[in-house]
Amino acid sequence: MSANVNHSLPLEYQTEQNRLNILGFWIFLGAEIVLFATLFAVYGVLGNRYAGGPTPSDIFKLNDVLIQTLLLLTSSFTCGLAVFFMRQRDMKKLLTWFVITLLLGAGFLFMEIREFIRYVHEGATMQTSAFLSSFFVLLGTHGAHVTFGIIWAIMLIIQLLQRGLTPVTARKMFIISLYWHFLDVVWIFIFTFVYLKGMVA
Amino acid sequence: MGIKWNEIFVGGDPLLVGSQIAIVLTVVAIVVGLTYFKKWGWLWREWLTTVDHKKIGIMYILSGVLMFFRGGMDGLLMKAQTARPEMNFLDAQHYNEIFTTHGVIMILFMAMPFLIGLMNVVVPLQIGARDVAFPQLNALSFWLFFSGAMLFNISFVVGGSPDAGWTSYFPLAGKEFSPGIGNNYYAIALQIAGLGTLMTGINFIVTILKMRAPGMTLMKMPMFTWTTLITSIIIVAAFPIFTVALALMTFDRLYGTHFFTLSSGGSDMLWANLFWLWGHPEVYIVILPAFGIFSEVIATFSRKTLYGYTSMVISIVGIAFLSMLVWVHHFYTMDAGPAVNSFFSITTMLIAVPTGVKIFNWLFTMRKGRIQFTTAMLWALAFVPNFVIGGVTGVMLAMAAADYQYHNTLFLVAHFHYVLIPGVVFAVFAGLYYWWPKMFGFMLNEKLGKYHFWLFTIGFNVTFMPMFFLGLKGAVRRAYTYSAESGFAPLFLVSAIGSIILAIGFAVFCYNIYWSFRYAKRNVSHDPWDARTLEWMTASPVQFYNFAVVPEVKQLDAFWHMKKRGETLTLKESDIKKIHMPSNSGLPFYMGVVFGITGFFLVFEAHIAAAVAAIGIVIGLIIRSFDYNDGYYVSVDEIKQTERTWRNVEGGTENHVG
Repeated sequence: MSANVNHSLPLEYQTEQNRLNILGFWIFLGAEIVLFATLFAVYGVLGNRYAGGPTPSDIFKLNDVLIQTLLLLTSSFTCGLAVFFMRQRDMKKLLTWFVITLLLGAGFLFMEIREFIRYVHEGATMQTSAFLSSFFVLLGTHGAHVTFGIIWAIMLIIQLLQRGLTPVTARKMFIISLYWHFLDVVWIFIFTFVYLKGMVA
Repeated sequence: MGIKWNEIFVGGDPLLVGSQIAIVLTVVAIVVGLTYFKKWGWLWREWLTTVDHKKIGIMYILSGVLMFFRGGMDGLLMKAQTARPEMNFLDAQHYNEIFTTHGVIMILFMAMPFLIGLMNVVVPLQIGARDVAFPQLNALSFWLFFSGAMLFNISFVVGGSPDAGWTSYFPLAGKEFSPGIGNNYYAIALQIAGLGTLMTGINFIVTILKMRAPGMTLMKMPMFTWTTLITSIIIVAAFPIFTVALALMTFDRLYGTHFFTLSSGGSDMLWANLFWLWGHPEVYIVILPAFGIFSEVIATFSRKTLYGYTSMVISIVGIAFLSMLVWVHHFYTMDAGPAVNSFFSITTMLIAVPTGVKIFNWLFTMRKGRIQFTTAMLWALAFVPNFVIGGVTGVMLAMAAADYQYHNTLFLVAHFHYVLIPGVVFAVFAGLYYWWPKMFGFMLNEKLGKYHFWLFTIGFNVTFMPMFFLGLKGAVRRAYTYSAESGFAPLFLVSAIGSIILAIGFAVFCYNIYWSFRYAKRNVSHDPWDARTLEWMTASPVQFYNFAVVPEVKQLDAFWHMKKRGETLTLKESDIKKIHMPSNSGLPFYMGVVFGITGFFLVFEAHIAAAVAAIGIVIGLIIRSFDYNDGYYVSVDEIKQTERTWRNVEGGTENHVG
């Protein structure tokens, strides 16, 4: 419903349908919080059931995880810059920072896949123990979200190039930024409750 | 592991062969019929691609009726098997499959679509909106639900049904004890349907919060809209838990992980907890909208405003909150310890308080009302005593210590049927008789409706009342037979006879739909019940844009007060403006199909084929991302034309209402 345009609001909030979409996405993120909370609960229950297999301190490497964290946290910051320049109607800077965000995300994903491959080569597969099952599914769900976000973002970049900044593309940009920040927040929990806790124990 | 073709079509059993033949004949009949009457284009344009909430609602309801038939057949087969001791009608495996599919279908593929269907039809109308917030997402929700339902149903003849109960407890549901593919169907079909439900929840929260007519504050919303809002919130809070549980089940069964296994550190109790963390709120997801329906029906046919409106709202919020805190009462006997059991015992009993408040409010609504005994009202009247039996036996079960005596007996089965049938099934029947004229422009036959009502309620009591006593005598549930010495035989026979009466009642309902479609008087008025809420303000059947001019709301029961002020049927031409509507889309239907295909290959553990099919899902999402179709406008002339056919338009010449 494209009626009800309100020019005093930021571009992404100007149409009624945009406001509905943004609220709907916030509620969707609420459902995502429940989803990840459940996965964390499962990890909380199963995370110390090694069944004679490798333990977190056997396999986790702090350096790799720090690099992943750095990549993802920075990408959240650059995503914020992209939205900032969207508000300034500066298409060139918006695209620049958005592409940087994606490259950082892809770097994170590359590191994560490399980490998973290393685990599997060390005999730590998701069939090895309940700990590893819950580890791989929790991390894999987050990684799948990042992958999905990257594909989504590429589609959006094409649309930004085709159409420029309109209320619709601005709304899409704003929503993907919410999604991206959300993944960052989830990662902070993963970093704390999976990696740090695992390496301290 | 690839698909073994000889495993796909399970044969041999005459029931299965009969079903296979029936399915093939039905499909052939549908294809031939559509081709002969040249209805393919109509089907595609009017239904498969529709984004109209009313049509989506009708498709949900139609699916609910079909699934009721399937679930009911399962119930009848069980009753036939237990009618006499040591019957050999079904073997143990077949019985396991049938009680599993009966439970899943009745809760998830019958109760849910019936209620979501009514929500779809009614809620946007009750709040004076043109559609839901996300019409295309709404269509996607429906097609995902439908895809999941079909996938689940073909398990009967293709590959084998799930057989671990609707709760699918581990380790029984795991690969070790259920090596076939039956439980794959459970994990994957419910996942697909569940995604649709989650989207429905999000859609309705936004719709109700943001699209209400001017003046309709939260505390002026009709009760059915309130219950839909709270239900949607429970859906968003609870369904992701099920999503995770089913995903982990899929991983355990398909990829050999150890979430719920007995070996390598898995925990079978984790499944029980996750399942009921979703499963108990699910009970309230189906019961709260039903409460909303009863509130509307009772207020309308008592000719009074709902008594204790505020306390009704507070009690549904309270029930929603408590629903998340009671899940352990489903497994008191599984070694949780006295402290945990006591906590969940108390929270469970607390639910009786807000529910009791609601029961008394309904009774006080009827007090001194001028009650009209329509079919819809009869269902609401019958609901109260029958549901109270269910509620009281629920409190008996809530006491953890006592539950050790009757857990897993037919007492429990009788209890939840006494909650769900009066609570949900009576409600959807009440809702259907009540809102039918709004959906189709004619009424269901009241006389047939009353036969339906009496056969169904009597049959229901004859079926399930004996099961309380069987349970107290120690008859366990999910046992496919019993010995003659047990002494259970007479009560089981009574119960089986009751189920036949119940089935005849349902058959009368189906005949009523058929009869009314053919013979009922058309063009009933827009307000045949002299009702109270906004959906009755607009034409029956509702024009596709719902309201020519969005009504302004001043108080609760807005339409009732408008009628009192005499300001309903005349429309000023100058108030009519062009209306923006969303365009139809084939994408939701396509998504349902690719999800179904992907799911089918996953069920058969054909991973490469599933991955290929999943590309179709991604393509669908990309197409959606590039879809900039912004809908279209309905012209003022077209609106005037449509409105003149049923009401006064100032300056208009025609006037034929009723």
